[in-house]
Amino acid sequence: MILLKTVDLCKKFGETRACDGLNFVVHKGEFLSLVGSNGAGKTTLVNLISAHLQPDSGQIIFADRDITFATVTERIKAGIARSFQIVSLFDALSVFDNVALSVFSREGKAVRMASLADRDADVRRESLEVLGQFGLASKEAVMAGDLAQGERKLLDVAVAYALRPRLLFLDEPTSGVSTHEKAQIMDTVSSVVRGGQVTAVVIEHDMDVVFRYSDRIVMMHEGGFLADGTPDEIRANPDVASILLGAPLSA
Amino acid sequence: MAVQIETLRGRSGLAAAAGAALILLILVPGYFETYQVQLLTFGLIAALAALGFNLLLGYTGLLSFGHSAYFGVGAYALAFVVQYLGPHSMEFYLLFGIPVVAITSALFGYICVRHTRIFFGILTLAISQVIYSLALKLYWVTGGSDGLRVPRPALLFGALSFSGPSGFQQFITSYYYYVLAIFVVCVLLMWVIVHSPFGKALQGIRDNEVRARFLGMRIRRFRWIAFLVSGTFTGVAGILWVPLEGLATPDVLYWTFSGEIVFTALLGGFRNFTGPIVGGIVFTYLKSYAVATTVYWQLLLGIVLVTLVLVLPTGIVGAISLAGRRLRQRRASP
Repeated sequence: MILLKTVDLCKKFGETRACDGLNFVVHKGEFLSLVGSNGAGKTTLVNLISAHLQPDSGQIIFADRDITFATVTERIKAGIARSFQIVSLFDALSVFDNVALSVFSREGKAVRMASLADRDADVRRESLEVLGQFGLASKEAVMAGDLAQGERKLLDVAVAYALRPRLLFLDEPTSGVSTHEKAQIMDTVSSVVRGGQVTAVVIEHDMDVVFRYSDRIVMMHEGGFLADGTPDEIRANPDVASILLGAPLSA
Repeated sequence: MAVQIETLRGRSGLAAAAGAALILLILVPGYFETYQVQLLTFGLIAALAALGFNLLLGYTGLLSFGHSAYFGVGAYALAFVVQYLGPHSMEFYLLFGIPVVAITSALFGYICVRHTRIFFGILTLAISQVIYSLALKLYWVTGGSDGLRVPRPALLFGALSFSGPSGFQQFITSYYYYVLAIFVVCVLLMWVIVHSPFGKALQGIRDNEVRARFLGMRIRRFRWIAFLVSGTFTGVAGILWVPLEGLATPDVLYWTFSGEIVFTALLGGFRNFTGPIVGGIVFTYLKSYAVATTVYWQLLLGIVLVTLVLVLPTGIVGAISLAGRRLRQRRASP
């Protein structure tokens, strides 16, 4: 079942076509990896779908609804959430508050000013549950700015996950961490996302990570799609090998 | 659970400190002369104005250079009631004045929060100067530079009125307790607001607007509500200030008065809840003694401000908190 599709989606920056008539499809329940070299258009595509950028032309359909002109808030309400390439947290707030703010916002409680934030038992329980799933429960009182990089990456995903999205975009969740931490982060993220039956689209550069965790892989190159298939199909694709090894593409 | 216990312990300590401070404040009129009580009342009012202002600066990350507008609108709202409506009851002044400052803050806030950073600051400054000009030029309504005289009002629905030879002294003592009661209510209200989901959301928006937007928060709406609350608190301070001063003049609408509000928040520390409160009281005494000591009092305050920014960037309360933390760490380390 198709959860998201884009129709001829275009975005130009000056003369550069970052997204060049993309027809992108995400199926419900899959763990999809979006790969490609720097400047291929991966982050631009995610920015367009999450309303961080507006497309020049084309359509975005989510759950059979046209959301091309929907605001960020409307897309979040529809069930689209994202994390960021550079970790984006509320550094001066505690780990708990970071996740709790997601829950408050989702529940429409963030405008409440006549009650104490930490006295809301339901939000507290749910926030701690999410933190527990991401292995951060013991850090609930630590300021987000004081966390180690690997923990910050996990918290970044946890904050997005706490919105209970149907489709979660993760922009390079393992960048800037050690190889050992990469596996830990991806094990945690993959298990939480699959356990919660959330559809995930991950932008990733590390092909070992991509082949190990993905159901499907889409490769982008110069604003277009170069390949789309299962990890085995992508592994066997000569064009993908050419891009990864920096060799010219086949005719 | 451990964290919740820690939080409760922290709050118990805070409540104990606040209780002790309140008892000291209650005892003041019994031990100090009228002038000191009057000065402290001005200090509490300045603290209340700064507390409101700091919801924008400290918690929302918006620096207003025009909060004199809300203080002044509060002051003039009361003066207009005295001049044109009649009943000399402080409760009536508050009932009339609070909606006026709330509506004014809502209107001006709606315009100002469309921008951030320097543009926000300039917009707030420009609007406050428009109000100042109106107060100055519409002299047949506002009294121009002479302002509007405000006699001592009756308190507690007319139960306390002040006339006769000892009227002034009685008024100062009674009004001190009156202001103290409102101050306590406002501090409690603001404490709940900054610890509420709304307060946390403001802090989130302050630190990372993009992330807050991607949690589904309508940033402008949050900033607008914060502006409304902030302006209303500062406006209440303006309402309380006039009966003590006896006169509403355009001086309280001028940009230098906005500067004083910014100064008080910096002096106490805008990253702490109690910072603006301490700043408001300290600034009132500092200014009062500077004015009494030298004709170059503005130079003296300027030197204090420069020293403060260079030596104590986190303000008085921030510096004390830091020293306390270091002391605890030193004690904890073997």
